[in-house]
Amino acid sequence: MSFKKPINHHPRLEVNKLGLTRRDYEGAISTLCAGCGHDSISACIIEACFQLNIEAYKVAKLSGIGCSSKAPAYFLNQSHGFNSVHGRMPSVATGANCANGDLLYLGISGDGDSASIGIGQFIHAIRRQINMVYFVENNGTYGLTKGQFSATNDLESKNKYGEDNLFKPIDLASMAIQLGASYVARSFSGDRDQLIPLIKGAIQHKGFALLDIISPCVTFNNHDTSTKSYDYIRNHNEAVGKTDFVPLGEEITTSYKSGSSIEVNLHDGSKIALEKVNSKFDPTNPGKSLSYIRDKSEEGKLLTGLLYFDESSGDLHETLNLTKTPLNQLSQKDLCPGEEILDKINKGLS
Amino acid sequence: MLDPKSFQSIETVNDFVIKFANVNGTGSASANQMFAKAIFRMGIPVSPKNIFPSNIQGLPTWFEVRVSEKGYLGQRGGVDIAVAMNPQSYSKDIEEISEGGYLIYDSTWKRNFNRSDINIVEIPLTQLCVDSFKNPKQRALFKNIAYVGALAALMEIEYEVLETIISEQFANKPALIEPNIKALNLGRDYVLENLEYPIGIKLSRRDLLKDKILISGNEAAGLGAVYGGATFCSWYPITPSTSLAEGFEKYAKKYRVNETTGKNLYASVQAEDELAAVGMAIGANWNGARGFTATSGPGISLMSEFLGLAYFAEIPLVVFNVQRGGPSTGMPTRTQQSDVLACAYASHGDTKHVLLFPADPKDCFDFSAKAFDLADQLQTPVFVVSDLDMGMNDWVCDKFEWSDSFSYNRGKVLGFEELEKLDSYGRYLDSDNDGICYRTYPGTHPEKGAYFTRGTSHDEYARYTEDGNINAETLMRLMRKFRTASELVPPPIIEINGEDSCGIIYYGSSKPAVLEAKDILKTKDINVDLMQIRSFPFNLDVWEFIASHDRIYVVEQNRDSQMRTLIMAEGGISAEILRPLVHFTGDPIEASYIVNKISEREVNYKSHKNIKER
Repeated sequence: MSFKKPINHHPRLEVNKLGLTRRDYEGAISTLCAGCGHDSISACIIEACFQLNIEAYKVAKLSGIGCSSKAPAYFLNQSHGFNSVHGRMPSVATGANCANGDLLYLGISGDGDSASIGIGQFIHAIRRQINMVYFVENNGTYGLTKGQFSATNDLESKNKYGEDNLFKPIDLASMAIQLGASYVARSFSGDRDQLIPLIKGAIQHKGFALLDIISPCVTFNNHDTSTKSYDYIRNHNEAVGKTDFVPLGEEITTSYKSGSSIEVNLHDGSKIALEKVNSKFDPTNPGKSLSYIRDKSEEGKLLTGLLYFDESSGDLHETLNLTKTPLNQLSQKDLCPGEEILDKINKGLS
Repeated sequence: MLDPKSFQSIETVNDFVIKFANVNGTGSASANQMFAKAIFRMGIPVSPKNIFPSNIQGLPTWFEVRVSEKGYLGQRGGVDIAVAMNPQSYSKDIEEISEGGYLIYDSTWKRNFNRSDINIVEIPLTQLCVDSFKNPKQRALFKNIAYVGALAALMEIEYEVLETIISEQFANKPALIEPNIKALNLGRDYVLENLEYPIGIKLSRRDLLKDKILISGNEAAGLGAVYGGATFCSWYPITPSTSLAEGFEKYAKKYRVNETTGKNLYASVQAEDELAAVGMAIGANWNGARGFTATSGPGISLMSEFLGLAYFAEIPLVVFNVQRGGPSTGMPTRTQQSDVLACAYASHGDTKHVLLFPADPKDCFDFSAKAFDLADQLQTPVFVVSDLDMGMNDWVCDKFEWSDSFSYNRGKVLGFEELEKLDSYGRYLDSDNDGICYRTYPGTHPEKGAYFTRGTSHDEYARYTEDGNINAETLMRLMRKFRTASELVPPPIIEINGEDSCGIIYYGSSKPAVLEAKDILKTKDINVDLMQIRSFPFNLDVWEFIASHDRIYVVEQNRDSQMRTLIMAEGGISAEILRPLVHFTGDPIEASYIVNKISEREVNYKSHKNIKER
């Protein structure tokens, strides 16, 4: 069931440039477990959209099946949502995106959706460089079916019942870099300060942006022997740098020391600033990103932050040479060649 | 040329079957098509069929052409002339030739064939080409053109017609015109100088094809999608549907590019599999573009989950199913009508889909364009169910028609102005009581019209619900919508031929065979009434036709008599009335097959009836 939130709110809530409050970006009341990491991510999406002055009705929220896929109901009430079938959100997003490139596409999926049943679609959405923000709310478990291992669960992790995981995990972020995703970040649902700028950067980015967000499952994967629990992630998270998002036209006023930060330009002219923790790390070099992720993983660390970025990327609309007017707004006059041409075609066939 | 004969040669004008036996991948197809096109251009009804293996190169392939002045264009059976170019299949090819028929073969390597009752025409095609062309590729390729030249002389095909076809075919590669004409002349001149001509089977110009065109159903459907306003095509390669997506692309490249900007007014995406193909088409339609996918039986199986979603979430969608031989991978390059039930009830749970059954390429064009209107009007998947025979073979059909005064029906969609006037919006409110509710596209209005599309049970406001009564109401409304659909889809074509006739129900590519069978049955004093089913759900006309007959043969190209099952299930019709008449070898059904089955049973019926009456 879904329940609406009451619409009344405090008259002096902060408003953004559109005159909207954060509450205007909310959705229905969540039916996920109390403390679910996914709800924190929804809150960060709300915050990012509020801060970026996004018009919610120009956003399409798409998902597959699973706990994560329920989440789009819990933010951006004024956006159209599409809860599709298990693992197939990327194809629906691809078709929707081709029909109208003017909307912002937020794809919400989980590790079951993206690393198992829908891994093929995940791969091909990246390969086609769909202009979208692709969230993986990654908890290493199948929550809705009560705690089976997922393909992102670490080998050394056990499930709630103490059983061993038998297989190595799939690292979706590394995979996305290899496949040519042009914005790849990893974060933790419990780290708002890191996550919000990464979401904002992903929204402004043109091309495929992956956010692999470790989002602990409080019910089935938050125990001592899990490597995707709150405690484990807090203790093993190594941020690639402090991330800050600087909107277009604003000066960078962060406290970074000169020479210790990297700025990356987004398509609309805004910037992402990263505090360097490792002088060797360059998020624009896929090979270096991959080896840095791997090295940290071997040390038992989970690297978070903006892991890879390609500012020169295009998207599927460019590849297909699509008209600027969205396909769903073309008139019959644009679409139908008409009688006269059909006569010509008939002549050619006789 | 021939020894004194102990048999009667076939003598006929404009009425025969010729079969070309070739090796797959040797370029024979275009020569054979040229032969068929020349007959078409001479105003004589012609029906070419490509019988090909699931192979790229090396296996035997055949091209059968029926010529019928009377206009019978179904598969006939029997071969009057064999052009045997493939020693691999000689024995079968020669065995098939009717007594008094003709065998034409490449006599560069002479053979003795064990048939003394046919005419054997020897032409050293390989030798002729080796002597005239230097390039080994050309030597092999032009053998095919050379036999067309030889046939022109043997059968009196108008030579200028062939020359015109060649110059049209290579209009963009003029350098190829001269060698093709040279090859054509090689064959012709050999016949003129060395053989007796013409043979007993001849062609003679008629004017029977006014306002007719020659085209494959897939190309026609692709063009229909362009005319129907489709802007999005997602597809995965599968025989025999691939050429439909390619047909769409071919015409879209011509007529859907903005002349000023050079930008495309359509998108075609080759998906990673059929699941993605249908998912993309659903996404495009959800967002207000007209999208489709084209596939064949195995693709329908793969798409089933998504088809249920589109049905239940009420998203328009057009799916072309060009049926092939099943089950499983089956016979990918042979024809059947064996996906009727798989399409009608595709996906788990209670689902029913709208199906359109084109019977020739003209229908493929019309139904393709119409399917997009129906899908938008009904907000549900619409299947255009054709098959390999009409999809991949060129058929003679009426020329395409279009009226510029026709405008697309985008169905019930609320725009900004309409939303502005609404107090509250419910995606699944049946305010018109026809089962069809009002959609909105994303991005229409800042405060109104947003909803959550889902495959989970939902209420009138698209909210998730686990209330079984609400879900049951939704399912009942979808039934109401299905009844509305029965009034919008093309009605059957009915032909009543007299009192006490038995009925025939048919659909799709069985049409030419059924029409021919009707004429033959008449000569045997068996009158038949015909009903060509063109769509599902069935409308009142269908039930009335059935109610007015006590015995009806349901002609179809599958084992299980699937259309009959569908009629019985949907209308509660007794099994006794509907009699299966099935054919499922993968070759197109023949009139003679239908005639034999019906006359056998009608004789039984009449003798039983007489006994009863006595």
